[in-house]
Amino acid sequence: MILLVVPHAEGKIAKAAYELAAAARNIGRAGPVTALVLGDGVAAVAADAARLADQVLVADLPELAEFDAELWSTAVAQIAQEGGAHTILIAASRDGRAYSPRVAVKLDAPLLEDVLSVQDRNGALVAERLSFLNRVTETIEAQGTVAVVSVKPGAFDAAPPAQEAAEQYDVGLQLPPRRVTITSKEKEDTGRIALSEADVVVAGGRGVGSPEGFTQLIVGLADQLGAAVGATRAVVDAGWRPYSEQVGQTGKTVQPKAYIAVGISGAVQHVSGMGKSGCIVAINKDRDAPIFHVADYGIVGDVQQIVPALIAELRK
Amino acid sequence: MRIMALLRQVLDAQETVRVADNKVDLDGRKLVMDTMDEYGVEEALRLRENGADAEIVVVAVGPARTHEALRAALAMGADRAIHVETDAALDVIALSSVMAQIARAEQADLILCGGQQADWDSQALGAATAERLAWPQVTWTRALALNGATLTGRHDTDDGVASFTLSLPAVLTTQQGLNDPRYPTLPNIMKAKKKEIRKDTLEAYKVTPKVKLQGVAVQSKERLKRILDGKDAPAAAAQLVQSLRQEARVIQ
Repeated sequence: MILLVVPHAEGKIAKAAYELAAAARNIGRAGPVTALVLGDGVAAVAADAARLADQVLVADLPELAEFDAELWSTAVAQIAQEGGAHTILIAASRDGRAYSPRVAVKLDAPLLEDVLSVQDRNGALVAERLSFLNRVTETIEAQGTVAVVSVKPGAFDAAPPAQEAAEQYDVGLQLPPRRVTITSKEKEDTGRIALSEADVVVAGGRGVGSPEGFTQLIVGLADQLGAAVGATRAVVDAGWRPYSEQVGQTGKTVQPKAYIAVGISGAVQHVSGMGKSGCIVAINKDRDAPIFHVADYGIVGDVQQIVPALIAELRK
Repeated sequence: MRIMALLRQVLDAQETVRVADNKVDLDGRKLVMDTMDEYGVEEALRLRENGADAEIVVVAVGPARTHEALRAALAMGADRAIHVETDAALDVIALSSVMAQIARAEQADLILCGGQQADWDSQALGAATAERLAWPQVTWTRALALNGATLTGRHDTDDGVASFTLSLPAVLTTQQGLNDPRYPTLPNIMKAKKKEIRKDTLEAYKVTPKVKLQGVAVQSKERLKRILDGKDAPAAAAQLVQSLRQEARVIQ
């Protein structure tokens, strides 16, 4: 059995769930595919999950209202063991990457982490993943038949939902007490198109000068292009922009058709989050900035003049 | 109490990646303590400076050269080091077994480790070590305080930032933004030379690799690098927009 843990947020199934379903269909291992939905008030998620698996197991419990790595890993390991799962597929979100290692330890199984591809070769799972700050693709092989796999968001094209809905079953879980208490949450919703979904991303660094400069130049250009807004770590740390917009090693990894980097020097930690973009455009006053080494197009100049000129040109 | 900081020695981020013999070639390259791990060492020192009566032990598993990273942590102010010397490439689940065994033997109360190490781009070491010890964990910590046996702080989640509280023992993973790691002073570098680095062999820990590396390839995409001079902003803007519309076809 392939166990697929269904990612969801705010009562809705996540796009990554369909990507996991695609990974399950491509893996070359015997099914059935079992989708596991963990949460509180997840009936709608389970209904959608029923169209991407052969059966759906649902644990709809108040204890699961909030993500917790110990609770999630306990639940997944228990279901995997009861069902004799040979492959456990988990979305490699922050949460997914926080509990999948615990599942691997519980099952005494290898972890194939944040994979771009995964397939059975003669009984063992072989996967590709990035390493060295996304600069190297490594091919790795799981030892043994059971493996925990976390799948990189966006690595697989979403599988289309099936016509027929699979059966749903409620499952009982033996959960440990919660030991990490979340006392408050700051949700960062900017009301814009999400970074991971946008075809075009306009991103700004300290080179835009100020929070006002960021709004005027970066948000202004993004509005003109219908693009998502990205930011460097320095900009987020300075409090100019929310963390949800951060691109790079400690933020989001994006791969839009076009990435427009404004006032960004191009530190390797930032490039690791956007270096796979289709077309990279750099605007920076420093001709020697490393961002120009990874750029398809660029302008060396004052961003305060170049960006308004770009907005004006696009309006024509 | 005892705080254990887990270290990896990795290729300096500024160095280019080269491949030889089907793996990343680190011979003669600039290697450093992983920066994400460095935030862990710094945080341990700050917890002590803020009142925790703690011994700080830094631990690494790796080839002989790894002692340089441990020495750097000692120069920052850690008390002693444990170096499990091996040329074997352990996957993260196998490595977590070594780390958990050391934590038990050392009776550690708190483990700090980098949120994502820059060699294998893995986020799993902290969580896997926590599971082996049956401890709770918090990943991507961006603020931390210790009061008695209670940790409070803030950490990054998928959709924002959350404030948390938990009791020791625990594993926390660290990242940029948590603190500014100090530079070792000359007297501290001298002092660090006298601090203990205990050597261990991997054999004592009886671990079996769970993942085998089959090979590596450097990712590089050739870029056009058509860079314009922006002295005449409107002209440069017009040319760029035309290129993006008609050549790259990425904007309307």
